[in-house]
Amino acid sequence: MQNSKHGVLLNIRDLRIEGRSGEDWTEIVHGVDLTLRRGEVMGLIGESGAGKSTIGLAAMGYARDGCRISGGKIEFDGMDLTTTPQDDLRALRGSRIAYVAQSAAASFNPSHRLIDQHTEGPMLHGISSREESEKDAIELYRRLRLPNPDEIGFRYPHQVSGGQLQRAMTAMVMSCRPDLIIFDEPTTALDVTTQIEVLASIRDIVDQFDTAALYITHDLAVVAQMADRIKVLLKGDEVEEAETREMLESPKQDYTKSLWAVRSFERPQKPPAPADAVPVVSVKNISAAYGETPVLFDVSFDIHAGRTVAVVGESGSGKSTAARCITGLLPPSSGEVMFDGEVLPADFRNRNREQLRQAQMIYQMADTALNPKKRIGEIISRPVQFYLGLKGAALKQRVDQLLDQIELEPSQYYHRYPSELSGGQKQRIGIARALAAEPKFIICDEVTSALDQLVAEGILKLLDRLQEELNLAYMFITHDLATVRSIADEVVVMRQGKVVEAGPKDVMFKPPHHPYTDLLLSSVPEMDPDWLTNLLEERGADNIGEAADV
Amino acid sequence: MNGLAMLMAKRIGLGLITLFAVSVIIFAALELMPGDLAEQVLGQSATPETVAQFRKELGLDKAPHIRYFDWLGGALQGDFGVSLANKRSVADQLAPRFANTLFLAALAAAISVPLALTLGVLAALYRNSIFDRVANVSTLTSISSPEFFLGYVLILFLAVKNPIFPSISNISPNADFMEQLYRTMLPAITLTLVVTAHMMRMTRAAIINLLASPYIEMARLKGVPRWRVIVRHALVNALAPIINVVALNLAYLITGVVLVEVVFVYPGVGQLLVDSVSKRDLPVVQACCLIFAATYVLLNLLADVGSILSNPRLRHPR
Amino acid sequence: MSYFVLVYYGLLIAASCVTAHYKMRSPFMMLFSLTIASAFFGLLGGEDWLWGITVCAALLAAAAGLAYSFREFLGMVLNPDASYAIRSAPLTASFGLLVVLVYVVAALFAPVIAPFGEAEVIGGAYAPPDDKMILGGDQLGRDLFSRLIYGARNTVGIAFLTTLIAFVSGTLLGLVAATVGGWVDQIMSRIVDTIMAIPQLVFALLLLTIFGANMTTLILVIGFLYTPLVFRLARAVAGNIVVMDYIEAAKLRGESTWYLITREILPNAAAPLVAEFGLRFCFVFLAIAALSFLGLGIQPPTADWGSMVRENATLISFGVITPLIPAAAIALLTVSINFVVDWMLHRASGLKE
Repeated sequence: MQNSKHGVLLNIRDLRIEGRSGEDWTEIVHGVDLTLRRGEVMGLIGESGAGKSTIGLAAMGYARDGCRISGGKIEFDGMDLTTTPQDDLRALRGSRIAYVAQSAAASFNPSHRLIDQHTEGPMLHGISSREESEKDAIELYRRLRLPNPDEIGFRYPHQVSGGQLQRAMTAMVMSCRPDLIIFDEPTTALDVTTQIEVLASIRDIVDQFDTAALYITHDLAVVAQMADRIKVLLKGDEVEEAETREMLESPKQDYTKSLWAVRSFERPQKPPAPADAVPVVSVKNISAAYGETPVLFDVSFDIHAGRTVAVVGESGSGKSTAARCITGLLPPSSGEVMFDGEVLPADFRNRNREQLRQAQMIYQMADTALNPKKRIGEIISRPVQFYLGLKGAALKQRVDQLLDQIELEPSQYYHRYPSELSGGQKQRIGIARALAAEPKFIICDEVTSALDQLVAEGILKLLDRLQEELNLAYMFITHDLATVRSIADEVVVMRQGKVVEAGPKDVMFKPPHHPYTDLLLSSVPEMDPDWLTNLLEERGADNIGEAADV
Repeated sequence: MNGLAMLMAKRIGLGLITLFAVSVIIFAALELMPGDLAEQVLGQSATPETVAQFRKELGLDKAPHIRYFDWLGGALQGDFGVSLANKRSVADQLAPRFANTLFLAALAAAISVPLALTLGVLAALYRNSIFDRVANVSTLTSISSPEFFLGYVLILFLAVKNPIFPSISNISPNADFMEQLYRTMLPAITLTLVVTAHMMRMTRAAIINLLASPYIEMARLKGVPRWRVIVRHALVNALAPIINVVALNLAYLITGVVLVEVVFVYPGVGQLLVDSVSKRDLPVVQACCLIFAATYVLLNLLADVGSILSNPRLRHPR
Repeated sequence: MSYFVLVYYGLLIAASCVTAHYKMRSPFMMLFSLTIASAFFGLLGGEDWLWGITVCAALLAAAAGLAYSFREFLGMVLNPDASYAIRSAPLTASFGLLVVLVYVVAALFAPVIAPFGEAEVIGGAYAPPDDKMILGGDQLGRDLFSRLIYGARNTVGIAFLTTLIAFVSGTLLGLVAATVGGWVDQIMSRIVDTIMAIPQLVFALLLLTIFGANMTTLILVIGFLYTPLVFRLARAVAGNIVVMDYIEAAKLRGESTWYLITREILPNAAAPLVAEFGLRFCFVFLAIAALSFLGLGIQPPTADWGSMVRENATLISFGVITPLIPAAAIALLTVSINFVVDWMLHRASGLKE
């Protein structure tokens, strides 16, 4: 992708954007510069709130409701988009600058067929006739390796899978052969194995048509595959910008270095539990169904004290269902759950208080896991009061102790409401609430996947420390293999409700693998910019689509 | 298509069950009446013979479930029994009045539905503009005012101070269409005011809700002109909520009609219902209630069927 | 053409020009459309209509001024938090608050404020307004103004009590249905669907025929008929809350259903339910007024706005506005409550974003 000899396509200078909060406007992007040449792909990377999507949309002269461009220049091919009249902007959008949204499923109009939405752009912009653009659509579908390219366009969005929709959307934005495409987290909502196909097809098509692109994401490894240059953003400011390889090898700023460093946290694996030890939790041949639909088939695994078992799988693999069976929210149709060698009643309503106390849960979305109308102190003291019967000063003392344990200053946080806390702090409160019951076993359901990487790392370290101190057993549900690598002792890989493979982490991450584990492991993007290219060569470019359907 | 047909059949079946349940409630209401109906109607002075005669006439000597099926069977054939007050057939009294009420409701609907939908779409398009704000305040006012207040204000200004329309809508059976239209105008305007405000607010909300969806933003970012975004991308998806809004408000007309008919002395079912309630003429009250409830259930049924039909996921199953 | 008409158009056009010159878009749009509308109505109805428009505009301006001063007053009196909220409120909301306050005062202190008794006959039937009876007399010669004040107590009081009944029972049942779920929820919802399949006013008429029209039955009947509406609302609100993880966490802790409802769900459902209380009060209030207007609600000699409209209705054909006064009293209260609720809902949704 050596296109730097081309001229400048997009030139943003001192871009300032304001967002409305209540009646006031506050600046959320503070004077960002950006230069993009023809045919070049620039990665915009940053954590949530960095302003990357807002900048991406501003590159089209567009601001969402509640946002406004308050200063600076956005020059696209010599035109300043901040002063261009609306009609001219409209003529530009779709035809010369196009946008790929994060969720294709929500961004396709549910009432029209894919091909009708595809041809709308070229026809409106007077680029081609209906017949021509239909023919072109089918050709693009073929190039993007969509199955049945001749007929897939004649389906409605809900009849097509998520990964295919994302490719159909890429085809749609290519319909006018734009000079610039804004990709706004196009693979974030997809599973890793699906992500590969979409990444590969996006890269191919951008290459083939020599299109310039802004690639917005929070995933470093993904951006490493896609971009020629990377710009790092933090809270509406630029941190640094460099060629991809240079940025990966020698980041200059501390913030960038810390982002890069996250992936290095890895805990040594503990030795396996002695053969005669009774596991804290033992899942024995569990099958379960939602109504008539079976979702879990004959699942078994053990979790020992002081050990972490990571249950890994893509969406729909049944990993959360397994957790629901253990907690008793979904009584299994067959099989049983043992706790300390005793069989637990299948339905949580039949378990006694002591049994409930021993197994606690930490949730993915800390926002919905804490009652927004209760103060932190109340949230943490309730289990202490409920299970251990502490009152008054003893209760207060215990809650303070718990807050200390999760590294939050008691006097500062005791009286706050959840809405006054950051995402990571809320997750810590969730941990404290689980600890308050003084359990032996905690289920962690995707506890870090909603958090930014640095914050997630802090949570993982905290959980690790607590396990050391309290000899806790963890069941760690996740789809993210990096998390597994850093915290697990044992790994259970699940797919479509079945356990595919299980074993100690060290063994699992070394070949030979079960084919699905292999696919899963090899699909996780790595920081090496050549990773995707090498992988595709290895798998053979023609069967990546099929690879996902193993 | 099979799934869709199943869904429709289910919904229609549910509608029929509801209608049945409603008829039971209306009938059972009579059973709940404290004391003996015959003695209440005939008064203290009635001799045991007349009471017995009266009970036999009404079939009160039979078991309740037999009477219920007799009544329902009659109602299904258009026979609602005999009025207690004047011994005339209920159906004969009801038929012309029902036609009048339908005419009034239809007229109000014909004015308000297109008006409300247009205004609603406009308010959504130009939201937070001065037009939207004025519309917001005036629709709130009109929704919150009792129907009789609007009715009397209209009478005062359009009938008394400026005699444009008649203040009393007495319609003779042989009046021609224009005459009927003229005399029905004031009650229809009153109803229109209330219903339009409702419908407009709900249409506006439905469309604003929709304009926030990602596919609308996508259409804008594809360079689709504003009007085309509304017509081709928003309205097709707003059909279900709009059908619901319209049906809900047509159903609301039924309640409104009762009051408006009384204000304008309009010879409709509502007026008859109110008169019969004060006379405690039960067969008539039951018949009127059944008609109103049936219309109401039917409209809700139509709304649901409409939303099912307008859902692309159901029309084109995977 | 009189001076009035000349001055009228002169002022309007001048004001339009000034606002246009200073690029005040909204005021200009309003003034100029008013000018065009005036031309239309002036041609249609002559000078009288222009007077009408002037009076309306003056009333609106007076109301806006009153609302503005009241808002400033509240802003100064209240604590900083409430003061910030009130200062950002639209004028309609502060107007609504003021009106509701006036009604509450009138209802509480009716005997003190009203010059005459509720059923006291003072003058002749339909006596015109004079020094003694500032709004004139009704069909029996009772003082209309005094009855209006007492009406505030009766009509508003009864509506409030009825709404309270409907709200307590509806909320409780709705929360139980949402929390317990399963067949309990199914059965309750089916019953409610059936009750709601009959239009409320028609159902009320049916029930009042059977049980007879008096105040107790009226309260019970309307309370019963509006319970399903509150039930549905409470169930929907709670339905969004029970799927939250913190409810699951509490269930897994082993908490009782009662604890879940009162400690976990109710605090989160309270805000939307309170706003809805205002709206439901309006519906109940209008329903009771409608029934009284039909002669089937609150019975004489109790002073009540709905029946007052009915009793004086014949006067309207003589161009006398007496029956409109109690009707306007009803409209003013419901409009005001709606203004306040509208603001509260807007605030609630605005804070969420």
